[in-house]
Amino acid sequence: MTELDVKPLRLGSHNFTSRLIVGTGKYATFELMRECLTISQADVITVAVRRERLVDAAGRSILDFIDLNRYTILPNTAGCFTAEDAVRTARLGREILLGLENPGASWVKLEVLADKKTLLPDPLATLEATKQLVADGFEVLCYTSDDPIMARRLKDAGATSVMPAGSPIGSGQGILNPNNIRICLEYLKEGDPNYPVIVDAGVGTASDVAFAMELGCDGVLLNTAIASAKNPRLMAEAMCLACRAGYLAANSGRIPKRLYATASSPEDGLISAK
Amino acid sequence: MISIRVNGEALQIAADSTVENLIAQLKLNSKFLAVELNRRVVPRAEHGRTRLAADDQVEIVTLVGGG
Repeated sequence: MTELDVKPLRLGSHNFTSRLIVGTGKYATFELMRECLTISQADVITVAVRRERLVDAAGRSILDFIDLNRYTILPNTAGCFTAEDAVRTARLGREILLGLENPGASWVKLEVLADKKTLLPDPLATLEATKQLVADGFEVLCYTSDDPIMARRLKDAGATSVMPAGSPIGSGQGILNPNNIRICLEYLKEGDPNYPVIVDAGVGTASDVAFAMELGCDGVLLNTAIASAKNPRLMAEAMCLACRAGYLAANSGRIPKRLYATASSPEDGLISAK
Repeated sequence: MISIRVNGEALQIAADSTVENLIAQLKLNSKFLAVELNRRVVPRAEHGRTRLAADDQVEIVTLVGGG
């Protein structure tokens, strides 16, 4: 490993080369999804848990298009509006992944929503579900708002990673309040610099990913920005590069911002009549 | 026959059926799914010996694309 390499992302018991986590939803076809996952170079991919269709059960499964030896699956509790439903969903996801012998059986991306219009998390229910799932042995990766106090509460409750939203899920608005993300990072990493903080939700384009990484986040989780781009393959590559670029920039010690110009070329040796 | 609810819908099954029998009756691929009986997960290893009773609430789920 050289200084130009991105250091592995440690999430609980897992270590990953890529710091980009991508979702598998909203793709036009499973083939396109598989191609974009490859291009993104992600090691972790998220999936949702849903009722099996009892009528049209002959349909293709997403699992036929995922290399279970290559990817660690991160099941989510998306769509749950109560702590109880989220805990049940997490346990069902674990049961499926245990059967598939995928390392993702140890964890869950916890989402407990409060409102269909904003898809904002319900903080009280999220905290309650986090406690129950941690007690049940899960490594909990917690979707939350960018509120630093809530972030601290979730870490205190045992969350393996706190994952503040940059902006509402699927909105493509990027990081609306970078100062809140900065405070989340300061609070969560105080005395614990390796505690992983991941921006989850709101990413629209590559610069949003680079910006999250430059703020000092450990990774970025996104789905819609790739899956719903006009050319998802190009955006998958852009996101992969942006994640690496932002990570390297964050670790390179950027120059301070100044009000006035500083010349890059020498002031001496100019041809001049003076 | 007894009546149970599977994924919110009424279903008739033979009395004394196990979870395994139910999955076979529905022609599902057991590898890709998880089963909950009355809100408790039934581990795969117990599908063959877990018997269903009238009015049981069963959820059968799988993984789909998501973010």
